Amino acid sequence: MGKISGSQMLLKCLREEGVEYIFGYPGGKVIPIYDAIYDEKKIKHILVRHEQCAAHAADGYARVTGKTGVCMATSGPGGTNLITGIANAYMDSIPIVAITGQVSTSEIGSDSFQEADITGITSPITKHNYLIKHVRELPNAIKEAFYIASTGRPGPVLIDVPIDIQNALIDENVKGEINLPGYKPTIKGNLKQIREAAFKIYDSKKPVIFSGGGVISSNASTELTEFARYSKIPVTTSLLGKGSFPENDELSLMMAGMHGTKYANLAFVNADLIIGIGVRFDDRVTGKLSEFAKNAEIIHVDIDPAEIGKNVKVKIPIVGDAKAILVDLFKEYENIVKAKGEANRDEWLKTIKEWKIKYPVRYDKNSNLLKPGFIIETLYEITKGDAIICTEVGQNQMWAAQFYKTLYPRTFISSGGLGTMGFGLPASVGAQFGRPDKLVFDIAGDGSIQMNSHEFATAIVNKLPIKIILLNNGYLGMVKQWQELFYAERYSETCIRGCVDFIKLIEAYGGVGIRVKDKKDVEKAIKEAININNLVLIDFWIDPGENVFPMVPPGSPIDEMLEYKSGGEGHK
Amino acid sequence: MNHIISVLVENKSGVLAKISGLFSRRGFNIESLAVGTTDNEKISRITIVVTADESSIEQITKQLHKLVNVIKIQRLDSENAIRRELILVKVNTENKSRSEILEIATIFRANVVDVTKTSLLLELTGTESKIKAFEELLKPYGILEFVRTGMIACARGK
Repeated sequence: MGKISGSQMLLKCLREEGVEYIFGYPGGKVIPIYDAIYDEKKIKHILVRHEQCAAHAADGYARVTGKTGVCMATSGPGGTNLITGIANAYMDSIPIVAITGQVSTSEIGSDSFQEADITGITSPITKHNYLIKHVRELPNAIKEAFYIASTGRPGPVLIDVPIDIQNALIDENVKGEINLPGYKPTIKGNLKQIREAAFKIYDSKKPVIFSGGGVISSNASTELTEFARYSKIPVTTSLLGKGSFPENDELSLMMAGMHGTKYANLAFVNADLIIGIGVRFDDRVTGKLSEFAKNAEIIHVDIDPAEIGKNVKVKIPIVGDAKAILVDLFKEYENIVKAKGEANRDEWLKTIKEWKIKYPVRYDKNSNLLKPGFIIETLYEITKGDAIICTEVGQNQMWAAQFYKTLYPRTFISSGGLGTMGFGLPASVGAQFGRPDKLVFDIAGDGSIQMNSHEFATAIVNKLPIKIILLNNGYLGMVKQWQELFYAERYSETCIRGCVDFIKLIEAYGGVGIRVKDKKDVEKAIKEAININNLVLIDFWIDPGENVFPMVPPGSPIDEMLEYKSGGEGHK
Repeated sequence: MNHIISVLVENKSGVLAKISGLFSRRGFNIESLAVGTTDNEKISRITIVVTADESSIEQITKQLHKLVNVIKIQRLDSENAIRRELILVKVNTENKSRSEILEIATIFRANVVDVTKTSLLLELTGTESKIKAFEELLKPYGILEFVRTGMIACARGK
């Protein structure tokens, strides 16, 4: 029997898991793995410029493909640099496997060079993690890691591999096995509860579906859309739920919550039934919890029982996979309709239609200034929704969510739970690798883009034609917005204007820069960028006075929203 | 209110840290904690006493279930379970009080495990309230050291 090294075994196991890409960065304690990568034919290693971006790229790849993303870093600082990326994937339930090097088993605990207790550090931000103590544990750990990351409520798993184990020899025919006596995710929902839910939904006069990231991760968008259309129930989503239901459908209420649409929030407040599917009723959506949906009963579908009843009181809990449950729910509901006829929701739908007309998400169309809403709307019209939109975090993210109608699952990629500035660019890198056939845009702010702008290099080296829509207002805009509204306009440390010429910056990496100051040039610039087969950054000098509206002020009920107010400060 | 959670886990390194970390992270205080292997050496039992209200205890139980190495969780309350704790207490006997202390020990069925000229070391097993009463009675003599194991519990037979 032939023997291979732990490093070769690691790659063999990754191949067996169907891994296409490893996003990573070498270092002292992963040299044996990188030595094996040198001979690797099937898996492509993508060299990023900072380990954080390896995790974000794996995350972006996972979000667009539904497969598990893989990132790799060395021990110590390599591992600690991954942490923001791992935490981000954890908060948004994204399946990634992170592989870190570690000092040799004999040195662990001695504070040796580049040693960090990465399994200890990542324990609160991983679904599970492994410190490999013997090479024979490696195949099982990898097999289990991919299984854990991608099943149940997905999430990141970390495998810490000491360098002596990377070098140790192991029989090449060893196969990984899964032995997890305590891990059994529930898939099928309880039929009795599903039936009860179907009757409750049928009897409801004013129901709303609240769909989240769980619908996308279980690939249940089709089932959700069919159910909503059949039962004539309007659908609102969380930020991560964007794409679970086509936002150009007349039943769509777009995103709810702090910067959601007023009509979605009004629907929550006035509903008699909320059907939450794959959502966690996060504070950005519920606003003041004691006031949230006071008139509604709640049906909550989630694969994670710990989410049910965590934030809101639930009338009918259904634990299981969104797709499996929606299939059963449709059947149960259909049976009722066949026996009793269609439920009458005309009045409710009419009210919602009126709200949609009365409270559209808007911007000042008459202003001569460049409004971010106009840019995103134009982008939507040009792409017709057929593109992958990644976002950074802050105002740019909320404008993207409000003005870009997401029509398909896995096409709106955003850091929801953790709210990680700097996520968008590396996520675009992963997204473009995952979907080379699609146009990938990173909607960015001038603050966020500077957090990881070194990834321009990764995009250029790999010939990724990502388009960066930079909404440049010279501010850390979202914080500035809060300072303006709630801190008496005391703009502490939020003005970053004039510190960098983004055109020169992108050109320095070999990309193309286009500057737009006038709204008449928006369409032309976006079309031009799409036609350039290279990394392009469009530096839109937007109205720096423009804020994100509507907005639920912190601690308020969600129907008390600040209405749109045009900025109009001009670019000073 | 005090709750006892009995958790069966895979006996692997790092598992205890994952569990105790979960409690602190979610803002729960552990009153006592006892760990040992079961009849199967690959499985350990962790008995945790925690003070929390009903909804918090439900949330912590669900969160514990999410840990991959956790196999089974049991809630044990005083009605359905036998609860025991073991203590070792060293009492001062300098004031000619040895015979009185021995009398108390007999009543409580505590064992004498060490004697010196100036101290007695007693061993006692019992429920929380029994141990509390014992401690109160010994206090006036001067407790030099007090060591307890943390509670363990077992569901009654059906």
